[in-house]
Amino acid sequence: MTKRYHLIGIKMTVIIICFSLVPLIALGFSLYRHFSNSYTSRVLESLRTSVEDRKKAIDLFFEERVSQLASIANTHSFSQITKPGYLDELFSLIQSRSRYYIDIGIIDMDGNHVVYVGPYNLKGFNYRETEWFQAVSMQGIYISDVFLGFRRAPHFIIAVMKREADGFWWILRATINTELFESLVLAARKGRYGDAFLVNEKGEYQTNPQVIGKTTDQSIPLEMRFFHGTKVIETTINNRKTAIAASWLENKRWMLVVIEDLEEELFPILQAKHLALGLLFAGISAISIGAVAVSIIMVRQLEQADRERSALDAELMQSSKMAALGRLAASVAHEINNPLAVIREKAGWLKDLLEEEDIQASENFKEFADAVDKIEYHVERAREVTHRLLGFARRMEPRRDMINVNKVITETLSFLENEAMYRNITIHKDLSPDIPDIQSDGAQLQQVFLNILNNAIDAVDKDGDIWIKTKLKEGGNSVLIEISDSGPGIPEGIIDRIFDPFVTTKPVGKGTGLGLSITYNIVEKLGGKIYARNRENGHGAVFTVELPVVTGGSEDVLRVYSIEEESIL
Amino acid sequence: MNSRNIKVLVVDDELDFLETIVKRLERRGFKAFGVLSGKAALEYLESNDVDVIVLDVRMPGMDGIDVLKEVVTRWPLVQVILLTGHGSLEAGKRGLELGAYDYVLKPAKLEDIIKKIQQAFERKVLLEQTQSEI
Repeated sequence: MTKRYHLIGIKMTVIIICFSLVPLIALGFSLYRHFSNSYTSRVLESLRTSVEDRKKAIDLFFEERVSQLASIANTHSFSQITKPGYLDELFSLIQSRSRYYIDIGIIDMDGNHVVYVGPYNLKGFNYRETEWFQAVSMQGIYISDVFLGFRRAPHFIIAVMKREADGFWWILRATINTELFESLVLAARKGRYGDAFLVNEKGEYQTNPQVIGKTTDQSIPLEMRFFHGTKVIETTINNRKTAIAASWLENKRWMLVVIEDLEEELFPILQAKHLALGLLFAGISAISIGAVAVSIIMVRQLEQADRERSALDAELMQSSKMAALGRLAASVAHEINNPLAVIREKAGWLKDLLEEEDIQASENFKEFADAVDKIEYHVERAREVTHRLLGFARRMEPRRDMINVNKVITETLSFLENEAMYRNITIHKDLSPDIPDIQSDGAQLQQVFLNILNNAIDAVDKDGDIWIKTKLKEGGNSVLIEISDSGPGIPEGIIDRIFDPFVTTKPVGKGTGLGLSITYNIVEKLGGKIYARNRENGHGAVFTVELPVVTGGSEDVLRVYSIEEESIL
Repeated sequence: MNSRNIKVLVVDDELDFLETIVKRLERRGFKAFGVLSGKAALEYLESNDVDVIVLDVRMPGMDGIDVLKEVVTRWPLVQVILLTGHGSLEAGKRGLELGAYDYVLKPAKLEDIIKKIQQAFERKVLLEQTQSEI
């Protein structure tokens, strides 16, 4: 029974949890995914934009430097620019606006450094064999990779060639301040783990990376092959999720690489994830607790409803059983009553005849008279039986009559006396003569006493005592009927539930557990109360029925008659 | 008791019962006559003078209550005592409402029936006196 309800409870809990959690988890997960995706793509997009902006800025820087140098070269002739002091003047003029250049110099066709303005004494060096000299003499404009050169410090140069008439040419060469240039590149760097630098086609760093290759040996996972536009890739560097954006410059085969630490940038997503997980967990807990609570409440109510229904069913069955039994009893009694009436009349007639004088003289007269008396006596006995049967049958209809509790008890006991005798159980009656007649249903009361007494007999089993006591309660408002026995008493565990349906102390199959439940209902309907307890010495149960003293309205009094009166008729 | 003058009609479908009770009543000085059905009872009443009817309620054909109704309207002075089974107590009560003098539960002692017959007869006499005074 309880296992079935337990199972229903579990099923209900599981179903509620499933149906609530699946959408919750789906919602949480998809929201998180959506947020995470859009946030990541936004971060990557902003990375791409910043790389492109930076690339444009660097390209612009190169263009400006080249055009500045080209315009100087183009507006001066060799003789003009090599005039002592002229280039110094020009250089300080340029530096007053910007500090991009470290030095500047003029190199003639043979590679000799003719004029030099700057912190290093480079005048007189010959560049004829250097790579950049070759390149500028071919292309006219040249931007070098970063190199150490004669000065043993990393720098790069921009050189512009000026052709004059009759095949003469010279070169204007300037060294770029790598510090300033690097700051231009590093402006693209973001966060503690981010990085920004330039590499050439051979994979050599053109500006100092801040993280890559410095704090780790790991190199950038990029192929140094030229492409147009901007590439963004996601990878793992130093065990951290990282995004790399790269773009080749327009004016120089250098690649701008910006590395962004995604874990840092995507921290809000992590936060969102934690928040979502927290909310999810809280939701799951709340739903689970709710589901369990709801299931428990529902199952309890279901159980109670079931119990009430089966109690009602049992009561209905009991009453319909009793009604059928009543009808049967009535028809049997009727069928027997008619022959009984004939027997009685015949016996009466015999008795009448026995009064004749000549028969009185017969030697067997006394035998005849005895036989007739016996016949009459036993007809009377049989008549009592049929009347009891008919009384039982009539009791199936509810009614309110003036009844005497003592009489009802005495009548009830007449049903049980044989049973008690066989089992050697002594029934002690202590019926107070002072109790008034009360308005109640004698038949129902009989059922109540019958149930309690039957239980008492079953409890005692053999060789014991049953006590029945009636008395008027102090104050005179109710009649108390106390039935106790010398049986084992009611187990402590069930004494509080003894009137609940299906609670029984009898072995399985012996008791339905409904007797006392029905008894309780009847007593309640009659406006009374019933209590159960154990006797002080612990041996035997005590049932107390309390019935209100109601003397009744006039309408009911009209119908007053008692079972006893009828049998006198 | 002056049962000698009381004319009793017993109506019951049980022949053995009827014969015996008539015999016993006659032995006690009543002018008793028995019939086996309600119809026979009405026929008897038409041609005979009766003081008290002892009438069984449960009979095949015309039952005691029908006979009672007929008797009350046609022979209002005749007193009726109903014989009822225990289960048809309601019928007995109904009979009282319809004008029967009393009812007796079956199987009844003859002494009880006789007592009721005598009381019923006294009532009839009383009624006759009141009527003749008017």
